[in-house]
Amino acid sequence: MNWLSVSDFLTMRGYGLYVWGSYGMTALLMLLEPWLAIRHRRRALRAAANPDAED
Amino acid sequence: MNPPIRWFTFAAPSRFYWLAGALNPWLWASTVALTVAGLYVGFFIAPTDAVQGESYRIIFIHVPAAWMSMIVYLAMAFWAALGWMFNARMASMLARALAPTGAMFTFLALWTGALWGKPTWGTWWVWDARLTSELILLFLYLGYIALVASIDDVVRGDKAGALLAIVGAVNVPIIYFSVDWWNTLHQGATISLTAAPKMAHTMLAAMLLMTLAFWAYAFAVVLTRAQALILERERKTEWVRQLALTRKGWQ
Repeated sequence: MNWLSVSDFLTMRGYGLYVWGSYGMTALLMLLEPWLAIRHRRRALRAAANPDAED
Repeated sequence: MNPPIRWFTFAAPSRFYWLAGALNPWLWASTVALTVAGLYVGFFIAPTDAVQGESYRIIFIHVPAAWMSMIVYLAMAFWAALGWMFNARMASMLARALAPTGAMFTFLALWTGALWGKPTWGTWWVWDARLTSELILLFLYLGYIALVASIDDVVRGDKAGALLAIVGAVNVPIIYFSVDWWNTLHQGATISLTAAPKMAHTMLAAMLLMTLAFWAYAFAVVLTRAQALILERERKTEWVRQLALTRKGWQ
């Protein structure tokens, strides 16, 4: 086991900003992108229900 | 004996839509499972690095993101070219669907690289060949997205985008070989197909698990976006109208 305490893990022994800054941004974008893609598909399906509404 | 799979069947958007819907739950499940496994190995089994301390753990997302940024670009250029040459609608839609995911991975490679560079090099950024060519990759993705979005005629937009994607593909080998061709602050490859990896087995395992997770993620999110593009382009067709009216079927 690498971590002797919870604070060891949370601070990454001095590198918390860098490690969690990296993982945090990755998690944020990899949750945001699927959400946007699924919303895109849902809206496209809704728009297709009345295809004459636009253009 | 099973009949051979007729892959061109899936060039039809309606069948591709169905295939993507059938694959997606498995891809999302794989993404989650591989991510959990990769993070567990990466944080709880892989040891602390003797030189870099805990900061090296950024590698488990930095390297997979950088690999994906290049592979997704090549896939985008490939499908864009195929769509252009054979007038294949589905190929052009796939190229468009890949671009935002590639841009996202490119941004992540740069972001995690900056956060890793600060504690190890003492700087967030240097204009060395590896970093600069990766930044150009981000601009190529953003340029492609802006270009195809700015042209109302989808077929013309596909062609213009294909041209940009193909010309920009020359940047990918430049990124890859930049650390060999020039003196860069960025280190050379730790992993290669021809030599034993220069890192501990558990570290390598975590990195490969995260790489597989990113692959599964990329397939899942790109297929979802491709479905959205299919619905938009084919919204006048009977099958999409039926699907939209029933709101059932494979989403």
